[in-house]
Amino acid sequence: MSVSVTAGALPPAVALEGIDKSFGPVHANKHIDLAVQPGTIHGIIGENGAGKSTLMNILYGFYQADSGRILVDGRERVIQSPEDAIAAGIGMVHQHFMLVEPFTVLENILLGAEGGWTLQAGAAKAREALLRLERDYSLEVDIDARIADLPVGIQQRVEILKALFRGAHVLILDEPTGVLTPQEADHLFRILESLKEQGRTVIVITHKLREIMAVTDNVSVMRGGEMVAHRPTAETTTEELAELMVGRKVLLRVEKAPARPQAPVLEVEHLEVVDEVGVRRVKDVSFEVRAGEIVGIAGVAGNGQSELLEALSGIRKATSGRVLLHGQPILDAADARAKKLGHVPEDRLRMGLVRGFQAYENAILGYHLLPAYTEHGFLKKRGIIGHCLDWMKNYDVRPVAPLLQGTSFSGGNQQKLVLAREMEHDPDLLLVGQPTRGVDIGAIEFIHKRLIAMRDAGKAILLVSVELDEILSLADRIIVMFDGTITGELSGAEADARRIGMLMAGIREEAAA
Amino acid sequence: MEDLWTQVLLLTASTFRLATPLMLAAMAGLFAERSGIVDIGLEGKMLGAAFAAAAAAAMTGSAWVGLVTAMGVSFALAMLHGFACITHKGDHVVSGVAINITVAGLGPVLADAWFRQAGRVPITGESMRFRSIELPFAQVLADVPILGPIYANVISGHNILVYMAALSVPLTAWVVYKTRFGLRLRAVGENPSAVDTAGISVTAMRFRALMITGLLCGIAGAYLSIAQGAGFTRDMSAGKGFLALAALIFGKWRPVPVLFACLLFAFADAIQARLQGVELPLIGEVPTQAIQALPYLLTILLLAGFVGRAVAPKAIGQPYVKER
Amino acid sequence: MPTKLPPWVNYGLLPLMNLGMAFLVAGLIVVILGESPKAAVDLLVYGAFGYGEAVGYTLFYTTNFIFTGLAVALAFQCGLFNIGGEGQAYIGGLGVGLVGIYLGHWPPPIGIMIGIMAAALFGGIWGFIPGWLQARRGSHTVITTIMLNFIAASIMTYLLVNPLRRAGQQIPESVTFDQRMWLPQLHELFGGLGLVIGRSPLNASLLIALVCCLLYWLFVWKTRAGYAMRVVGKSEPAAVYGGISPAKQIMIAMTLSGALAGMMSLNEVLGAQHRLTLGFTGGYGFVGIAVALMGRGHPVGIILAALLFGALYQGGSELAFDMPRINRDMVVVIQGLVILFAGALEHMFRPWLEARFARPAVPAVA
Repeated sequence: MSVSVTAGALPPAVALEGIDKSFGPVHANKHIDLAVQPGTIHGIIGENGAGKSTLMNILYGFYQADSGRILVDGRERVIQSPEDAIAAGIGMVHQHFMLVEPFTVLENILLGAEGGWTLQAGAAKAREALLRLERDYSLEVDIDARIADLPVGIQQRVEILKALFRGAHVLILDEPTGVLTPQEADHLFRILESLKEQGRTVIVITHKLREIMAVTDNVSVMRGGEMVAHRPTAETTTEELAELMVGRKVLLRVEKAPARPQAPVLEVEHLEVVDEVGVRRVKDVSFEVRAGEIVGIAGVAGNGQSELLEALSGIRKATSGRVLLHGQPILDAADARAKKLGHVPEDRLRMGLVRGFQAYENAILGYHLLPAYTEHGFLKKRGIIGHCLDWMKNYDVRPVAPLLQGTSFSGGNQQKLVLAREMEHDPDLLLVGQPTRGVDIGAIEFIHKRLIAMRDAGKAILLVSVELDEILSLADRIIVMFDGTITGELSGAEADARRIGMLMAGIREEAAA
Repeated sequence: MEDLWTQVLLLTASTFRLATPLMLAAMAGLFAERSGIVDIGLEGKMLGAAFAAAAAAAMTGSAWVGLVTAMGVSFALAMLHGFACITHKGDHVVSGVAINITVAGLGPVLADAWFRQAGRVPITGESMRFRSIELPFAQVLADVPILGPIYANVISGHNILVYMAALSVPLTAWVVYKTRFGLRLRAVGENPSAVDTAGISVTAMRFRALMITGLLCGIAGAYLSIAQGAGFTRDMSAGKGFLALAALIFGKWRPVPVLFACLLFAFADAIQARLQGVELPLIGEVPTQAIQALPYLLTILLLAGFVGRAVAPKAIGQPYVKER
Repeated sequence: MPTKLPPWVNYGLLPLMNLGMAFLVAGLIVVILGESPKAAVDLLVYGAFGYGEAVGYTLFYTTNFIFTGLAVALAFQCGLFNIGGEGQAYIGGLGVGLVGIYLGHWPPPIGIMIGIMAAALFGGIWGFIPGWLQARRGSHTVITTIMLNFIAASIMTYLLVNPLRRAGQQIPESVTFDQRMWLPQLHELFGGLGLVIGRSPLNASLLIALVCCLLYWLFVWKTRAGYAMRVVGKSEPAAVYGGISPAKQIMIAMTLSGALAGMMSLNEVLGAQHRLTLGFTGGYGFVGIAVALMGRGHPVGIILAALLFGALYQGGSELAFDMPRINRDMVVVIQGLVILFAGALEHMFRPWLEARFARPAVPAVA
């Protein structure tokens, strides 16, 4: 495969040749070739699970490839650990930041690059170097602040500083904007531009097309562990990239009839949630969800949606305000279910399923007190397995094996199992968090259709998703959250990505107008 | 009055002697736990070292050989703990319990087989023990008011291991807070992924921490059998390893507060012997068992957040697995 | 943990290999001591099973280990590590002891029934304390149960040295209970049925222990209360999501665990010694850890593991008697090695076995 696009004399800053990697039965990277030109911003795009992060973690020495070669500046390098990568001038900003929270910024940056066996001398030198870096790349950070006290946008700058301080010429960023507001993302892009201007090379992994178009010079597309295309960004379009990513034309809109909303099922009034460490996560939130409509909550991850969902489902205590289901307050999670609330949680592996439980045991989680499943305090195993079998067939969960451990199913099938459990108990209100996270395309379509069908059956659905496209295609009404507050509400028809984007950044329409 | 002053001096000196094994074991535990390894095997390492010290000293006639052997045995036990917890990702608590129990049995078994003294190892020769050292001018200065007796009776007159223990605290503090090793140690207990991506081996860091744990516990064990006591007896560590663990928690995993916790617990121990059968004003006679239970009660109250709050290193007890 | 191994390897071969390693190392120690491992095993087996009296003693110890093994295993089901079996058994003994001392003259079944309840109640309270501390105050049970063991020992020493000591006695132990409080000896019970078994302290506690095994099995796997407890043990967030309160389950689990440990005292106090003595728990609470680990939390496994340790304890005394180079503490060594290999190093052979017996992964159908 020809990967070179420029005829310059310089060898690629990074070249990967024939990289192959398997995790047990999962073939994560299949014979990958990639060339990144020096002094450019190179995007690697693909769906969740396409193998992007694995590839970059191989380049960073966090994993070792089963076969293949890595060349840096035209010379082959053996990279068996992050230490080797750092020595080769490669730095990486991981999706989940690799920072020690009780440490100061300086201590975090020194870690692994202390400059001597006591801290004193190295720290003084590091201070100087950091001030210079901060100036050169507009990476303003208070060096003596504790990481735990810093917002995520600043923590990300610390990660970039950390890599630059170690002399990185090639900087890899894994899903860098996932936790950022659009404004913070813009700032990040300016930083990346200035890195490029100073001759450094940047690799950005993302599944967001807009970012690729906005910031990169070249883009490589991965799908199902394979590298499927390389393009100069200027010569491609969003549509083409989307098609390459997914492998076929995507229906961006799900077929659905207009909603016919009826009486309110869920009423939320002045809800406040303060978390364990005393941070106000949900601030004076009021809205309602009616029978026969899907209300979508959009927002950048970490703006209070998770806490809102947990408060509504009774998992988390609200600090003040009221949550009414059919006019009745919700006391706790058990009470919520008794009042016909179903909940597909955001994090299905941690919450929705019990690791080490068989599928049939997972099929009654939350409903284990129902008389259908118990008699005199004993579980009716046979009956439960029967129900589980039916649901697995109805929701296309494969394999149809109630005795198999829940976590042995693929992500999509696990999600369908959770969905089956929550829908089959016939809730009047269904809370759905990130229904298609880590789910394959086929299952996504299935899940979306089921949600629409449920709406058409006159049920109320509240959908929380960080995937804007999902919100746009499913929701009849869209509520946007930023920093714990509702910044705006749009009808599904009038909503578009630009208007939602503004609201997600906390810019209210009246203020913008 | 004169008598009370002497009593205070003697009480202080005996507090130091009783605090010595606690300080050494607590500092040992500090290195392990700061690196993310739960170590309830301090007790076993101490007991194993106590046996090794007595056995080696009895066989060679040299206290120093005893000390080195003790450190070697304790080191080996620490490496076993690492092999289970780090290499094979076993449960830290289970491994600690296993080491404690194995050693509790093995000591008397070997003692019986080698020395035929009903599970004891007797120490007879003077050279087999660390004896008290009189610091220079202790006699001369003893007559100086106030400071003289303190120097002569409290500071001077201990064996060398007591001074080692005293030194271990500032040394630990310096290593933990001022050196590269300490920075990495603290980091690996909080966020091993951060350490790994910074190009440092998590495994190597944790093993290194356990090496120090082993060596320090070795000194603590040797102190029991060939300095404070004379010879090894069954279960002679008598919960001191757990007491050190309590002190470690009580001191919130920080060297200086841990030192004070050790001194407090040792003081309780020192005073209980003196309070036996003594009627105190208002309270009456305090049962010795109440004072013995006090450190454990205090630690529970601390853990429950009734007196302050103890927050353990975040990654403690979790095996490090690269995320996928 | 999800495993790729077939069940017979995972539940059969692997635990056997771990156990084998423990005994291999123990055998090595015997060799180092200059004795023949084969002769030692022969003596041990004879000492444990060779004659009626020996079997009685073996089963007597087994009874202790069933109780403490169940206690540790039940806490495990809720994801908790209860190292406090020793203290809970000790305090459970206080409960039954008080009943024996003060209510011993009550008519036979009533006094004994109250005694059994008192053992469970007192042990349960001593288990509830760390449970409450974990559930409501976030203090880790591992540390608090260790601390409570020492506190229990202090309390018992105080009581037996002072208020409960038999008048005019130097030894710290209580008066002997009224005969009506004694649990029937099994050799008498069986004798009544025409069966002759050797004389030993073996008593009705064994039957109570076996009933507890059955109840444990029913509770954990067949009831919805057990279901709720297992959910908490596997995943607290999932429990919260499912409307199950982890705090409540933790308190229930620790209380029941403590009650089971407390009932161990029935065997020693009510069944054998008939009075309260210093240190009657003899480290049996810790053996429970090895028993629970080896028995993999299943009552059948726990009974087998308890039997193994019962045989080791009884056979070990015989061994120490006949082989002068080996003393009783060898049993403690084996117990530690079992915890080491079956517990801490349980995954040591796993990669090796997976390379040989790995099943193809479940086809992940999209």
